[in-house]
Amino acid sequence: MKIAVCIKQVPTRDWQPRLNEAKTWIREQDATFEMNEPDAYALEEALRLREKQSGEVVVCSAGPARVAQVLREALARGADRAIHVEDEGLGNADAFVIASALAAAMQDEQFDLILTGLQSDDQGFAQTGVILAERLNRSHATIIMDVQVTGGQTLHVKRELEGGWFQWVDMPMPAVLTIQSGINQLRYATLKGIMAAKKKEIRKSPLPSAATAATKSRIVALYPPEKAKKTHMISGSPAEAARELVRRLRDDARVIS
Amino acid sequence: MILVIGEQRGGKLNRATWEAVAGAQQLAAAVGNQPISVLVIGTGLAELAAELAAAAVQEVVTVEDAALEPYTPDGYTAALQDAIAQLSPSTVVLPHTYQTRDFAPKLAARLDRAIVTDVTGVKAVGSEVAFVRPMFQGKLTADVVAEGPAPHFVTFQIGAFRADQAARGNGPAPVRALTVAVQGQAIRQKPEAPFQEARQAVDLSQAERIVSVGRGIKEQSNIPLAQALAEALGAELAASRPICDAGWLPMERQVGSSGQTVAPKLYLALGISGAIQHLVGMKGSNTIVAINKDPDAPIFEVADYGIVGDLFEIVPALTAALKGT
Repeated sequence: MKIAVCIKQVPTRDWQPRLNEAKTWIREQDATFEMNEPDAYALEEALRLREKQSGEVVVCSAGPARVAQVLREALARGADRAIHVEDEGLGNADAFVIASALAAAMQDEQFDLILTGLQSDDQGFAQTGVILAERLNRSHATIIMDVQVTGGQTLHVKRELEGGWFQWVDMPMPAVLTIQSGINQLRYATLKGIMAAKKKEIRKSPLPSAATAATKSRIVALYPPEKAKKTHMISGSPAEAARELVRRLRDDARVIS
Repeated sequence: MILVIGEQRGGKLNRATWEAVAGAQQLAAAVGNQPISVLVIGTGLAELAAELAAAAVQEVVTVEDAALEPYTPDGYTAALQDAIAQLSPSTVVLPHTYQTRDFAPKLAARLDRAIVTDVTGVKAVGSEVAFVRPMFQGKLTADVVAEGPAPHFVTFQIGAFRADQAARGNGPAPVRALTVAVQGQAIRQKPEAPFQEARQAVDLSQAERIVSVGRGIKEQSNIPLAQALAEALGAELAASRPICDAGWLPMERQVGSSGQTVAPKLYLALGISGAIQHLVGMKGSNTIVAINKDPDAPIFEVADYGIVGDLFEIVPALTAALKGT
């Protein structure tokens, strides 16, 4: 079974946002980056499927030169090779551009299954996997919590619905699935894996001009969120702050007795 | 015309449809009072069409076809592609539900039209309309303009508009049936009936007070710290998704879009950053307290009281303060 995993590199969780001069994107030079967490779960699921089914896991990313770091990390965790659609303009691209770029790079690969995270921790569109499925004319399902391959050709997948509900869906391969965080337990790269990754191939794929032209949205302003509420910030030592909070909850908010 | 695509399951309307109608009414006002139509597709829609006809809209359109029950992304995309061709809206509005996330990007890609997801507001910027949406897990907000030919697709975040804010009409709007071409045999997904994993033993929606833990708790061995605080407060213990994913607390104690929606008198968030998937499950709480080491954590935007600091120092102090007085 030939499996592709689309991964994105996003700012780390403890990154403090800083804006560029135009206030339309972040100052990337101030950010530290890591693998988008739902994509890490998608990679883990692909590695587990390969262990059961045999075959190949290829990680794909469309982004600036910096994303080679997460591709190398994916190779260290066990992916067989990587495809990098490299272009400095891809850092803030919309989902149509990313999906078109990935679709072009995957065109000749004949993947049986394409996995990606359900959304990214940066722009959070929750669109790329679904648009990619449409561009490649594949069946798809989103927010997946279990992947089973039956009879070599059919998928039996568990879709998460809202509020604790789930649903099993059958569909033929080739297909695209977007994976929910928590579907499995992540593995980390071993020293042996890190050494082996150095010899693995990262194929550079050019960004087709048609992919750049696919853009359909533009960020006109980026800013810190406006507060929904007036927050009373309580300071002092832990003991002082704790006593003050208890007093406020008892006397002002009246939510404890 | 602005077209709202409603959501239903088994002939029952998802309340988020009314939120989308309220959002569409705000959008209509921002772009110079465009008329609004509501579209629902599936089978057995008469009752919910009558319910939606109470809204201040131009008309309610239904598409009934056996191939649309149960929901599949292939069936919905084919039906809506045809319906949109017949109705030619300028904007298509949907609630940002899991179902919308499953088919709307495919539909927009099929038509090669812009889609802006998870939108919380609408504003006029010069001659353009910008859609307001969170980015970077809620750390920043963006104004986004959709480009290219109409229709543009917009999905509104759950809770961004209130269902009871949707304006009602003076009389019921007309209901019209539309016929579309859907090939049942072309649908590749074969869904089974939805189910719940286990009967939820813990009904957090009834709790008066909730202490909820997030990634900031760091290790499973630290959970008893939060447990002790919950006991001192007479509160239920809950968590954000990563804690339940890790198995540190059972899934039935998860608050957020994939877990339970709660609105207690007191919601105390310990080490929860406040990603939007969590906020939608708890922002209706009466009093929200956030304790977090990151002063920029989005949880503080919805908090009534906030303490910036180390929860491993503050939580035991809080438990002691509650017991001591």
